[in-house]
Amino acid sequence: MIREYTTTVEISGPLMLVDGVEGVSYEELVEIELPNGEIRHGKVLEIDSRMALVQLFEGSSGTDISRSKVRFLGKQVELGVSVEMLGRVFDGQGRPRAPFDTSPPIVPEKMVNISGAPINPYARDYPAEFIQTGFSSIDGINTLVRGQKLPIFSGNGLPHAAVAAQIARQARVRGSEENFAVVFAAMGITFEEADYFVRDFRSTGAMDRAVVFMNLADDPAIERISTPRMALTAAEYLAYEKDMHILVIMTDMTNYCDALREIAAARKEVPGRRGYPGYLYTDLASIYERAGRIKGRKGSITQIPILTMPEDDKTHPIPDLTGYITEGQLILSRELHKKGIFPPMDVMESLSRLKDKGIGEGKTRGDHADLFNQLMAAYSAGKDARELAVILGAAALSPLDQKYLKFAEEYEKRYISQGDHENRNIDETLDLGWELLKLLPREEMKRIDPRRLDRYWPVNGKKKAEVS
Amino acid sequence: MIKGTIDKIAGPLVIADGMKDARMYDLVYVSDYALIGEIIELKGDRASIQVYEETGGLKPGDPVTATGEPLSVELGPGLLAAIYDGIQRSLDKIREEAGDWITRGITIRGLDHKKEWNFKPVAAKGMKVSGGEILGEVPETEVIVHKVMVPPEVKGEITWMIDEGLYNIDTVIAKIKEPSGEIRELCMYHNWPVRKPRPVAEKRAPTDPLITGQRVIDAFFPLGKGGTACVPGPFGSGKTVIQHQLAKWADAEIVVYVGCGERGNEMTDVLQEFPELEDPKSGKPLILRTVLVANTSNMPVAAREASVYTGITIGEYFRDMGYSVALMADSTSRWAEAMREMSGRLEEMPGEEGYPAYLGTRIAEFYERAGNVKCIGGDRNGALTVVGAVSPAGGDLSDPVVQATLRVVKVFWSLEAKLAYARHFPAIGWLDSYSLYTENLKEYYNRELGDEWVLMMKEAMALLQREANLQEIARLVGAESLSPEDQLILYTARSLREDFLHQNAFHEIDTYTSITKQKIMMEVIMYTHSEMEKALLAGASPRELFSLPLKEEITRMRYIPEDDISDISAIKEHVTSQINSLIEKEQTA
Repeated sequence: MIREYTTTVEISGPLMLVDGVEGVSYEELVEIELPNGEIRHGKVLEIDSRMALVQLFEGSSGTDISRSKVRFLGKQVELGVSVEMLGRVFDGQGRPRAPFDTSPPIVPEKMVNISGAPINPYARDYPAEFIQTGFSSIDGINTLVRGQKLPIFSGNGLPHAAVAAQIARQARVRGSEENFAVVFAAMGITFEEADYFVRDFRSTGAMDRAVVFMNLADDPAIERISTPRMALTAAEYLAYEKDMHILVIMTDMTNYCDALREIAAARKEVPGRRGYPGYLYTDLASIYERAGRIKGRKGSITQIPILTMPEDDKTHPIPDLTGYITEGQLILSRELHKKGIFPPMDVMESLSRLKDKGIGEGKTRGDHADLFNQLMAAYSAGKDARELAVILGAAALSPLDQKYLKFAEEYEKRYISQGDHENRNIDETLDLGWELLKLLPREEMKRIDPRRLDRYWPVNGKKKAEVS
Repeated sequence: MIKGTIDKIAGPLVIADGMKDARMYDLVYVSDYALIGEIIELKGDRASIQVYEETGGLKPGDPVTATGEPLSVELGPGLLAAIYDGIQRSLDKIREEAGDWITRGITIRGLDHKKEWNFKPVAAKGMKVSGGEILGEVPETEVIVHKVMVPPEVKGEITWMIDEGLYNIDTVIAKIKEPSGEIRELCMYHNWPVRKPRPVAEKRAPTDPLITGQRVIDAFFPLGKGGTACVPGPFGSGKTVIQHQLAKWADAEIVVYVGCGERGNEMTDVLQEFPELEDPKSGKPLILRTVLVANTSNMPVAAREASVYTGITIGEYFRDMGYSVALMADSTSRWAEAMREMSGRLEEMPGEEGYPAYLGTRIAEFYERAGNVKCIGGDRNGALTVVGAVSPAGGDLSDPVVQATLRVVKVFWSLEAKLAYARHFPAIGWLDSYSLYTENLKEYYNRELGDEWVLMMKEAMALLQREANLQEIARLVGAESLSPEDQLILYTARSLREDFLHQNAFHEIDTYTSITKQKIMMEVIMYTHSEMEKALLAGASPRELFSLPLKEEITRMRYIPEDDISDISAIKEHVTSQINSLIEKEQTA
């Protein structure tokens, strides 16, 4: 039953108030026909026995009070899914997006509500499979595992797009060429940035195994609310029904949150911190928590949301609330970026909470955990030495501190830094770690099990003399 | 049954008309899906209802039915090892019924009504009983005996008692003639409204510590059994690891773990780990003494608000049996946010940062349900200890939830991002944290560990305080330019931090340290300090002294198993001999 109304009484910002409606349900999908015949979409945000408050996905410009026709479609926002989605570029509402995609719409296998239901915690399987991204600073230090949600906290002007594209290109589970695909959701990013991703995916052949949802900076801001949900609905279909391992990249979450704030402000809601609505945490959780693995199902969803921190401030509500939901964070450092290091990964502040179960014998290598601890300790000592050198001058450092200083420099230049097409496998990453540790005296290896140390750093003739 | 109709829907808030005779906090069923909700405001015949499930698709005009009963939990055998959502529906049953995703309108009772339990009567016909008295016992799991009690509001004479045998929880096990002459039939379970504290005979101040095996907590900032604590900290500072460690190792008989608005994978971790982990006392899996309440961040927000009450009511129930119960709530900030969201939808006048003005009252009421108590109905003592994690925005402790919590809790474990970055875990800052139980617990510690323990802790804390001041100076002039005495303070404080306070939750031995071992470890560190003090007086050079190999032995003492504790005491002799030979060497030179 389709009901059409021309009883709009108020339009304000992205909201439209329709009077005298009947039988309309909460969150129902709405179609608005403008006087010029253009069709817009929206959904019911609030409903009482008389009025429906409609949120317009494409904004309100051109809508009017007397002539716009409002139709309630009797269903919620849905996405038509099918494996044909692979290789296609859609807009924020699931339609082919010109100029990136000029093919006709896909024939959906079925329609799925984009809100998604929460995964029963009892049905979840704990993420424990190592994903090799080819970046030493991730694989060696802040290891990513299948089913994890690990955001990149970036800042304006930092190369997060290049990092994400490279991860999408290189991410593999060791020793398997399983069904792997990337779902990419762009929210409010520029044409250039979006074009960079699409071209990168096309040039490396990754596009055949990618689904792209694109809402650009000049697209309606409100559409951004549904873009990540569209992308995740596609991802869930591919992962849990087609047994694929999906990497979801969402950029930029800051734009998403700003769109949410716009609606909250239009509704005159009581604002929380920095004007963001009080339910920002819950709303973000309904996106991020859609990552995971499910017992008895083959596929998985791994998320890498990207957000730019306003003023590089980690305590801003968006990174702050994200950090409380996601399982760690990768932080890009402006300081390293200025030194010309790519990826400029701040390994000290970054963290992967699920690392411990994804590394070690049978997953990466038995020495991984010890090596990680020792590298972190050594880099931390090296950074302390660097600070000291700034105050006292490098010459005043003790011989040991000078070695640590040297280590920190080399670690940044050789371990963190790598080429934009350099794909290091985990053995290369781990071996490089050992090589760098050998810049330090052997007796400084306090965090490494002595037996392991003997194996990877045997005390032979010449070395022995040095040690004793 | 009061029947009304929906007038308005806005997110989890539904407003219904025709609800004149409904009462506040009554449970209602909304629409034909029978979504569960609770009345949170009444105006004329309009009721505001917070709905515990997704409201998408509801329409004005849909029916609303009030049950006339408040939101309650079922209390009886079958609670242990269960995993519930915020309104006590078992998640494993939901999965059986609805699959891997939580869909709407699933009605599942909190307890298994078919399972048969071996009930053994304790009370007998003719006895006069009142609320809380034990009727019989059920071995619920291998480690916990479930005591079936007379519900708090019932009293009278037992006119009939069932014989020992296997029964399900719906079987009538006793009949009681109340003073009014009415016969009450009792079975193994009863319902209790979650927002109403269960009565106790008497509340007392905590006298025994909740031993957690975490050195920084037990030694410096102990928590009393029946006390309250809060752990605020920014993300990544290890709140959840601390909560997990307490759930694993605290010497409570029952643990209730409430995952309130947190990550789904974290609950999965608990679910997969607890059946595997052994309780250090019984040697049986930890899950057998644990009740889990999980309302993850993406589950409906109103049920998150209810989850802490569901958890604490279950906790109180086991406390009434005479057990020591520990409840971990992770995180109370998410609970407060759920309140804020509902308050916003109700268009209430906001207090600080949009939180409702009654935030402080609600938090205080919640923590006040903890306590060291004399139970009703017999001579039993029980304790309910509450530890709440708080996730302040931006890690800023001026957050309203932190401030409201600090006003009521007695123990504050301050998690510091600085320590977490330096990979010092648990990242509990020793300068800001406090425990107001040290005086109450003094007697216990004097009895168990001797009078010297409390003194030694004070001395150690003084050293850590001194270190903080000295470090400022050392940063300016270099540690070498400090006086030898001050250098020694820096040396010992570092040892305290690295060898005592720092503890590896993932190391099989280091993860738990008994208080006896804690005392010996501390003795070794403080003994070394006083020996070195003497050595400095005798003219030993600080540089030589601080590079003695005894350092390594002290570092390793945390990894020495509890059974080989004497090896730790032996370190003291090595310390003396090494220091003495150094002095001799220097004197001959």
